[in-house]
Amino acid sequence: MLKRVHFPSSPLPYLLVAPQLAITLVFFIWPASQAMYQSFLIEDAFGLGSEFVWFENFEALWADQHYLDAFLRTAVFSLLVAALSMGVALLLAGFAQRVVRGAMFYRTLLIWPYAVAPVLAGALWVFMFNPTLGIFPYFLDFFGIDWNHYLNGNQAMALVILAAAWKQVAYNFLFYLAAMQSIPNSVIEAAAIDGAGPGRRFFSIILPLISPTTFFLLVINMVYAFFETFGIIHAVTQGGPGSSTTILVYKVFNDGFVGLDLGGSAAQSVILMVLVIAMTVVQFRYVERKVEY
Amino acid sequence: MAEIKLTDLTKSYGPTEVLHHVAGEIRDGEFIVIVGPSGCGKSTLLRMVAGLETVTSGEIRIADRRVNELEPSARDIAMVFQNYALYPHMSVRENMAYGLKIRKLSKAEINRRVEEAADILEIRQYLDRKPRQLSGGQRQRVAMGRAIVRDPQVFLFDEPLSNLDAKLRVQMRLEIRKLQQRLGVTSIYVTHDQVEAMTLGDRLMVLNGGYVEQFGTPIELYDRPASVFVAGFIGSPAMNFLPATAEEEGMLLPSGIKLIAGVGQRGPVLLGMRPEHLIPDAAGPIAIEVEMVEQLGANTLLHGKLSGTDHAMVASVSGHVSAEMGTAHRFSVTPELLHLFDPETQKRLEA
Amino acid sequence: MVENRPLTAILTHFMLMLGVIAIALPIWITFVAATHDAARMTQVPLPLWPGTHLWANLKQTLFGSGLSGTEGAPVWLMLFNSLAMAMMISLGKIGISLLSAFAIVYFRFPFRMTCFWMIFITLMLPVEVRILPTFEVVANLGMLNSYWGLSIPLIASATATFMFRQVFLTVPDEMLESARIDGAGPMRFFFDILLPLSRTNIAALFVILFIFGWNQYLWPLLITTDTSMTTIVMSIKQMLEAAEQSPQWNIIMTTALLAMVPPIFVVISMQKLFVQGLTETDK
Repeated sequence: MLKRVHFPSSPLPYLLVAPQLAITLVFFIWPASQAMYQSFLIEDAFGLGSEFVWFENFEALWADQHYLDAFLRTAVFSLLVAALSMGVALLLAGFAQRVVRGAMFYRTLLIWPYAVAPVLAGALWVFMFNPTLGIFPYFLDFFGIDWNHYLNGNQAMALVILAAAWKQVAYNFLFYLAAMQSIPNSVIEAAAIDGAGPGRRFFSIILPLISPTTFFLLVINMVYAFFETFGIIHAVTQGGPGSSTTILVYKVFNDGFVGLDLGGSAAQSVILMVLVIAMTVVQFRYVERKVEY
Repeated sequence: MAEIKLTDLTKSYGPTEVLHHVAGEIRDGEFIVIVGPSGCGKSTLLRMVAGLETVTSGEIRIADRRVNELEPSARDIAMVFQNYALYPHMSVRENMAYGLKIRKLSKAEINRRVEEAADILEIRQYLDRKPRQLSGGQRQRVAMGRAIVRDPQVFLFDEPLSNLDAKLRVQMRLEIRKLQQRLGVTSIYVTHDQVEAMTLGDRLMVLNGGYVEQFGTPIELYDRPASVFVAGFIGSPAMNFLPATAEEEGMLLPSGIKLIAGVGQRGPVLLGMRPEHLIPDAAGPIAIEVEMVEQLGANTLLHGKLSGTDHAMVASVSGHVSAEMGTAHRFSVTPELLHLFDPETQKRLEA
Repeated sequence: MVENRPLTAILTHFMLMLGVIAIALPIWITFVAATHDAARMTQVPLPLWPGTHLWANLKQTLFGSGLSGTEGAPVWLMLFNSLAMAMMISLGKIGISLLSAFAIVYFRFPFRMTCFWMIFITLMLPVEVRILPTFEVVANLGMLNSYWGLSIPLIASATATFMFRQVFLTVPDEMLESARIDGAGPMRFFFDILLPLSRTNIAALFVILFIFGWNQYLWPLLITTDTSMTTIVMSIKQMLEAAEQSPQWNIIMTTALLAMVPPIFVVISMQKLFVQGLTETDK
């Protein structure tokens, strides 16, 4: 926590932490407490005054079928994004780890999507799946699939999941590859001598040994899908058609900036904050458990 | 029956050849130690037998079956690794049962074998622990247990004791030897420790720079080392070497003294004499100017130089000997215990 | 690898190539779209192989009127805005995090733990969840439509502070002791010893933060109303909307290409630092 040796006391440390503290206070803690406060208020119809209503905003959310739907939708969305991107990354890392020379070459080719902004990722996928022009609808047509994510809610959901998962594969791949490379070679060789083929080794040795990484990535991917996919949704579907791709973050933005329901939006923010804090705590509590070889 | 036959084995990584034409036959039930300095290719050779490294050229036969192209699992071998390579997520029992489960043995048979092996190795009370809950010596036993439950034709050991402390190493060495004699399984054991090699092996294969220097029993290696390298590597303290000239009536030493030995040789030779073969003798021909005395208790080492020269010499004398620095001590040596080597080829010259 | 059969090796490489193709496909299609003229980009099926109009598209996108039907800023200005924002965010974060980590590790002062926890709490509050009140603060401070407004609210970062704290904790105590015997004051020690020792960590963090800053979307979208402050990443969305009237996909995709080339270049050219930065800041 602190060095055994340290500098004598002086006003200097306060100067050093001042910039960060000032920014934290002004742009983090103050707005967060504002959000908290606003979540207890209801503005009157003319925006002139507001009334302190305790938990009424939260109760309203609880009773709001749209919000509950969005909640469920977000859960499904983030689980599918995590499962898809982690599954693909695990598979690729499993193969890359077997390549003696060239693992780094594949790594170079696989990590670019991490650098692409979510909204750009959305733009690329929306272009590829453009109902009239896109490459994929053109080919899907041969299979009798009529692709139009502007009309079909399930297709819209599938598209944002694809785009979100695509962007995250790179990240998961890096962590899976590093985890697999830290398994001592002799453990794999011992399993081979014991008679386990590549597939069996993967499932009975490698997979259990990298389970801490899997858990860590699950949390990270859930957080990613919850909060960082705003740009993808905004570019691809704007929450539509209807509200079939409106996830929680998008709803906060929509209700606050478009619907101007400050209290309701603030209450949603508070709920999201509680969710992030919960996920962070889970991550800190359980992720540090490492495998000892 | 599992004899192993290595024929003209060569291993190359790209253009660099690391093992050169290794050959040798290992009889059924024999305990062979491959010994040599680090980087001599001994681990590579073992891993080729295991099937973890490909064979560049030559042939490996186990129980009269060519195994070059076989996967490790098809060779009916078991291996104990230097870092034990236990599966960290499995209990000791699961570690030992893993290979049997893959071979689809019945549950009862697996349990029987695991418990039998656990009894032999005295690790029964640890069967439900994870490897990280065990000490180094216990992990070592589990690694051995994993090898013996499989009841393979061949045991392979890759420096299995080098991660243990000195006392445990001596104890485990004896246990490995006893176990191997009891089970009678053909074994190949790799180490860089010559004492370990001498005490364990029925026969030793000394490797140096990818070449087999000598393949023989410990006594053969000690009594008739085939090269300067083997002579210097086997035995402690190491053999003394002196350049000498073989003449008609004996060896001319650099100190100008003649030794009556080496009949039949002519010209320059390298003369080897073991420190323990130098016998204190006031009238002996070899004079050593003592520079340092090491008291080991049972015997005493006298370090110094051959009088009048710069050639370092060590003599090992039993009991306690007091010697003053700078005084000359004289020794004699039985001619039969001298070793002669060709200074060009470094090979042994037969008297 | 244990199995040395050529067949398994071929299968491994085949699967990896398949993965690479699947991952690279969207980027390839973007590139291809940026090399054809507008007319070709309205014919089904769209091309999968590059054409010859890359330079023409680049010229039109960067310096021409851009996409007809929109009144956006010129693309070169957007690129500059993005660069300014990314640099301010990454350098700002590194700067204030270095200082505060230094204070927390090397000084014992009242309220040290309070400071630590106030910084720690920002880890849990992504900008998306406090977006509205933060917007109000920035509006009240008159920082809308400015580089300051774009970057400063995103600067405070617990992750960077934690990372530097970790790095400083691994510096042996003897360094400080001998520096003090040599008569170096705190700031001298900071600049002469700590900074050089954390050089690669700073570089690794920079790679991550540059990408983070360059790719910001929601925040710039909210606080810039003036078109001259638009960033390149934001502009894509406006173009997508305009595309519904005049589908000039070649220009849109050229812009998209321009928007992703800088961060991709940073990731690929500094791959080692990038991987180090990722694993250090998140674990």
